Amino acid sequence: MNFFHTHVLSIVLFFPLAGLIPLLFIPGENKNALRWWANIVFLADFLLALLLVFWFGKEPAQEGLFKFVEKHTWIPSIGAQYHLGIDGISFLLIMLTLVLGFLSVLSSWTAIQERVKEYYAMFLLLQVGMLGVFMSLDFFLFYVFWEVMLVPMYFIIGVWGGPRKLYAAIKFFLYTLAGSVLMLLGILTLYFRYHRDTGVYTFNLLDLMQHANSWPLELQFWVFWAFMIGFAIKVPMFPFHTWLPDAHVEAPTAGSVILAGVLLKMGTYGFIRFSLPLLPQASSNPKVVKIMVTLSIIAIIYGALVSLMQRDMKKLIAYSSVSHLGFCTLGIFALNPHGLSGSVIQQINHGISTGALFLIVGLIYERRHTREIAELGGLSNVMPVYATLFMIVMLSSIGLPLLNGFIGEFTILQGAFEVNWRWAAWAVVGIVLGAAYLLWLYQRTMFGPCDNPKNQVLKDLNLREAMTLIPLILWAFWIGLYPKPFFKVLEQPVTAIVERVNPGFGTQQAVSQAGVPSPVSEVTGGRGE
Amino acid sequence: MTPVQALDFIRVLPEIVLASCAILVMVAEPFVSARHTAALAWVSLIGIVAAGAGNAWMRRFSGPAFGGSIAADPFASYFVYLLLLAAALTLLGSVRYLETNQVHHGEFYALLLLGTTGACLMVAATELIMIFIGLEISSISTYILAGFRRADKRSNEACLKYFLLGSFATAFLLYGIAFIYGLTGTTNLVQLSEKLSAPGARPPLLWIALILAFVGLGFKVSTVPFHIWTPDVYQGAPAPVTAFLSVAPKAAAFAVILRVFLGGLASAGALVFWLLWISALLTMCLGNLAALWQTNIKRLLAYSAIAHAGYVLVGMAAAKAAGPEAGEGIASVLFYLAAYALMNVAAFILVAHLAGAGERYQEADDCTGLAYQRPGVAACLTLLLVSLSGFPATAGFFAKFYVFRAAIHAHLIGLTLVAVLNSVVAVYYYLRVVVAMYMREGNPRASASPLPWPLGAALALSLVGIFYLGLFPTPFVRLANLAASPLP
Repeated sequence: MNFFHTHVLSIVLFFPLAGLIPLLFIPGENKNALRWWANIVFLADFLLALLLVFWFGKEPAQEGLFKFVEKHTWIPSIGAQYHLGIDGISFLLIMLTLVLGFLSVLSSWTAIQERVKEYYAMFLLLQVGMLGVFMSLDFFLFYVFWEVMLVPMYFIIGVWGGPRKLYAAIKFFLYTLAGSVLMLLGILTLYFRYHRDTGVYTFNLLDLMQHANSWPLELQFWVFWAFMIGFAIKVPMFPFHTWLPDAHVEAPTAGSVILAGVLLKMGTYGFIRFSLPLLPQASSNPKVVKIMVTLSIIAIIYGALVSLMQRDMKKLIAYSSVSHLGFCTLGIFALNPHGLSGSVIQQINHGISTGALFLIVGLIYERRHTREIAELGGLSNVMPVYATLFMIVMLSSIGLPLLNGFIGEFTILQGAFEVNWRWAAWAVVGIVLGAAYLLWLYQRTMFGPCDNPKNQVLKDLNLREAMTLIPLILWAFWIGLYPKPFFKVLEQPVTAIVERVNPGFGTQQAVSQAGVPSPVSEVTGGRGE
Repeated sequence: MTPVQALDFIRVLPEIVLASCAILVMVAEPFVSARHTAALAWVSLIGIVAAGAGNAWMRRFSGPAFGGSIAADPFASYFVYLLLLAAALTLLGSVRYLETNQVHHGEFYALLLLGTTGACLMVAATELIMIFIGLEISSISTYILAGFRRADKRSNEACLKYFLLGSFATAFLLYGIAFIYGLTGTTNLVQLSEKLSAPGARPPLLWIALILAFVGLGFKVSTVPFHIWTPDVYQGAPAPVTAFLSVAPKAAAFAVILRVFLGGLASAGALVFWLLWISALLTMCLGNLAALWQTNIKRLLAYSAIAHAGYVLVGMAAAKAAGPEAGEGIASVLFYLAAYALMNVAAFILVAHLAGAGERYQEADDCTGLAYQRPGVAACLTLLLVSLSGFPATAGFFAKFYVFRAAIHAHLIGLTLVAVLNSVVAVYYYLRVVVAMYMREGNPRASASPLPWPLGAALALSLVGIFYLGLFPTPFVRLANLAASPLP
């Protein structure tokens, strides 16, 4: 148990890879065996990671705020290490990855009939890459996982995708790759700068962070923009978002779920984990903040407006991701605890809600082989369970109180408001538009007469299909009703980051809280107690 | 002139073993019946392994040989291993190929061994004339190999083109050597370096000599604009020969560039740097851009080989720019060439198999749907292409990373930026083959017969090597650094 405890991250990380080897020996015709095996591996990995949930609170932080740290030399000649560790932020994102990974594989049971073995193999590889990104504390290791992940995703879109899959897959691939190689140059710049200062070659994030404040502003700016392009393409921020609708529309359902639920979070995670702590002066520079916030607000409103125009359900949800992720980046660049923790919560929320929305679109696509909104209508009459679940998910995405979206968006707005009320005002427009396009979507597809004969014979969800949605809905309610544990997990890492980018913020806050009682601290459920 | 001693012969042991083995194969060939020609392949393979063992044993006798015209140093030793590896993989990949194409003659193996011998001499030579001799031995063998499928028009074209342009290039090199001798009175690299670094000793016409020599060697490594022959020759030559051509003579010529331009002529600073810088830039960009339009896999890989030469040149420019700390750049070049050798030879011999008898199926579209007929073969080719495009966990990534690291360290930020963007562009054409194999519906025309075991063994070896270099590069990095340190 002790070995297990100290290596829990490696075990969770490489478990899917270990599961891949038996999978390769199952004959390709035996599709059900392949499905069972893949589902079992994903479920088992999730259950393994549940131990983290129980241990996380009690585990003492080992390096900085990072827990469960594992550190081994890997390539000593360049100073790369096998260095894993998680804090509250990565912990939440890892749990999201595991949940969505399992559910998306579960949702593929009947949707994928061709090349089943290759399909699950790609998902297992993808899972390793995604978990690795969130666990790495070594920049080189991080980069390896970040890039490795692209290949399986490329195959998932390109092999099992829709009619324009080739175009979508290559566009996704090249866009992301272009961003990440620029990021690599940024990484190398910091690496050599650190060597010049200390005479040591290292990619160790914590070591680099310690020196971050001594780096000149100009250097920080260059590296910031190099990182920014890499992360912004992944998020995707306006104007780097054009790959997203194509990739989402063409990807198979499970691919879209992972793409929206996890892959986009890597961009925002990158900002939080790398840009802010490593380049504090550049990230908090008023000009940079202004640019980033403006782009975020454009993304919020533009994404929402484009969503309103869509006739294809999946494309609508894809553009809504641009809008929702705009909130996340806005929260990050508010550079205060509310903004940052709201942003992380909203990232989780987006994974839950949009992941569920893509599953919902996938369910109807499997039945009707169309995603055209005009083809549907009145489905609540024939598929009541489906309509109910869809409604809850839709409301959670809109941000209705009692559901998760509200908590995230509210906290972000609160953070934005503390810096500049205009930001919050613009962002609210996005929320209103968000309610509009989702409600309208729901109305057009679920309500009204069910007069298309093809729709009248649709079957409602079976147990497996419902089970792909119910865990997400439960999680949505959990965050909506009792977000305190989530904020509690985030509190320390977020404070630490804010302390780095916005030195003295904590003391200011303490003074202002002593003077004037903060009117907002009640709403977030007593966060930080 | 010091008298020749036994030690001199020990210091060229790999070359001696290879040459003897080649002669043995040639002599034995008439006595071996046509059905048993494969036996000659195994004899050659034993020769290659023995040469490798000789190379390992020789390490304790390192030093100059034959009056300083050859050096048995870690640098030469590293390259000899690399060349032997390329030869061995080519050999394994060509046994069945020659049978299916009905050109199974023992001379093939003899020429392959002689080509390797020449290349080995090139990397060990520290004397310009010796370099020239090595180059000629290697070139003449490969000229013949390129035309080995006599009945095939393209193969003949490749042979003639390679021969004419190659001779032209060697003439340039020779002309350069003559100039250097005329200016300095020596062709020995060590003496050359001493003479040129002496204060006030800058012969006025040295730049002409430099450019001439660079043009000659540039042909061999196919830098732009001296790459014109490459696509035609690589496409026309029998695919296993292309595998060898794209690696062995190229690696040897890179070794010579390192020895001459960073060793002997090192003091001619800025000009060499700019030559390397400009050819790196042009070679990367043109190689990659031209590859974007190719649909023929062999031709595509030919342009990709040009682009890879560009990345190697980035490492060289970095070494040159770093001045006294050139070791890092040189080590990155050495590492890159090792990774490149593994990936490229394996890719070409696999393509040789897929192209079938007479190499009829070389188009990317011929592989349509291959992944569902031969999942193993398709996965193998995909991994090789992924490594060529430089994805993490493979040798291709670490090699590129190592070169870029050296380049950034030498403050070649602009060149590195171009290089990384190039590596993004490159992904597009590598994926073209993957797209055909996995993402298009249809039946492959490419040979779907099972992999013959020698080819399978060669591929397995390469893939293990690729992942080993990609995931645990440390021992190799150490080796490359060791080899890079004492450059004359």
